Amino acid sequence: MENDIQHADIYDLADHHRFQWEEAQNSFVILFPEGMVKLHGGAGEVMQLVDGKATVAEVVEALKAKFPDAEGIEADIVGMFDMALGKAWIKKVN
Amino acid sequence: MTQNSLGESAVQQEVQGKNNGVGANITQTQPLWLLAEVTYRCPLQCAFCYNPTDYDKHTQNELSTEQWIQALRDARKMGAIQLGISGGEPLLRDDIEDIVVEAKKLGYYSNLITSGVGLTEKRIQAFKEGGLDHIQLSMHDITEEINNFITNTKTFQLKKKVAAMIKSHGYPMVLNVVIHRYNIGHMKEILEMAEALDADYVELANTQYYGWSLVNRAQLMPQKEQIEEAERITNEFRERVGNKMKVFFVVPDYFDNRPKKCMNGWGEVFMIVTADGDVLPCHSARVLPNIEFPNVREHGLEYAWKESPAFNKYRGDDWMKEPCRSCSEKENDLGGCRCQAFLLSGDAESADPVCTKSPNRHLIDQAIEDSKNPQLTEKPIIFRTNANSKKYAEGDKERIEDFHATP
Repeated sequence: MENDIQHADIYDLADHHRFQWEEAQNSFVILFPEGMVKLHGGAGEVMQLVDGKATVAEVVEALKAKFPDAEGIEADIVGMFDMALGKAWIKKVN
Repeated sequence: MTQNSLGESAVQQEVQGKNNGVGANITQTQPLWLLAEVTYRCPLQCAFCYNPTDYDKHTQNELSTEQWIQALRDARKMGAIQLGISGGEPLLRDDIEDIVVEAKKLGYYSNLITSGVGLTEKRIQAFKEGGLDHIQLSMHDITEEINNFITNTKTFQLKKKVAAMIKSHGYPMVLNVVIHRYNIGHMKEILEMAEALDADYVELANTQYYGWSLVNRAQLMPQKEQIEEAERITNEFRERVGNKMKVFFVVPDYFDNRPKKCMNGWGEVFMIVTADGDVLPCHSARVLPNIEFPNVREHGLEYAWKESPAFNKYRGDDWMKEPCRSCSEKENDLGGCRCQAFLLSGDAESADPVCTKSPNRHLIDQAIEDSKNPQLTEKPIIFRTNANSKKYAEGDKERIEDFHATP
């Protein structure tokens, strides 16, 4: 992992980025100058909860509750934070 | 504006993935990018402009505000999400504010691509309130001399003012710098200027040769060593600033061995509506012979994208000739750029001459040689002016012949 993601960290969408549902793509996307990324289902679920208020631990708990049958989900979620931070889609606020 | 401003750097993994269905004949059914070239009028006269040399004949008959709004709605319904408002200089129209408001309402991520001429406090305020997402400003050099020379206008001081205005309104600072022989030696200083302006994104767009830049190719093309040095400086700068500034270095294809995957594929993700309503799959498609492009005045965008013969013509690989047809790398670049193939070889369906497998590669090598020939490089530059365009509108074909293959 490139970044040191802690459970107590709080993240928000980076400046000048927009996160929205795209009906035509049937997925969530992140938009920013000069580009966009289409998020696969899991990544979209994580990004939906990145709001500048919830901690990483709270995001993990919320998704565990939403997907009780998914195993090893925590590592994926932290991995998504790691990637999103590396790509500068999100910023740390605390 | 530049060919690259919606180019290779623009599309990320999402779109890349679309072409992995090898051999699929028609692959993409949704335009993601809509580029609205709302006018060809421009106060600048840049020597490297990719606009058609005969743009003057397209400056009449611009679409109305209502027609643009309809185009925005139709494209959004089809899935378009990134909107570029470009030109010419879009700010020469007084209805950009209305277009911005509609774009916001429809859920576009909107981008005004501008030289900065005509951007006032009042207008930028209206754009901010209307929901414009960002403004991409073209910069030309750190020196007043080169800026004013290459644009053929005195716009250097104005651009600095506009950059500050963009930042002060909370917009990301997105700079586009077209790179050519006259500024490539200033790469370090250009990047330092971007840093001083607190830029968030910088696109260093090496000139690609279409329209006016093709006419001025020998005079504009830098040497290979200069490009390598520029790239080295860019990489050094990237390492120093980290991810607080994204720096794109768009590599010039002439010095490559394989062509670019132009527009990410013909009719795959980009749709351009021109000032007079023609719908194009790429910026310079109108140079291609024997294609009638749809116009929004006659058909809607859905027809243009899905059904028009023009958009279907170079989708997939049925149209390819050898050596592309049986090439193991064809999915990587889809044979390169149709316009470049035509402009240089006279055959739109041949391999992009950039490819070393192309029988026409010598045309590229010759162009590189020409850029070292003082007899050619010292010829006067032909600037993008209405007077010059009028001449081309009449004699363009003859001029283009100059670039054709002489096997």
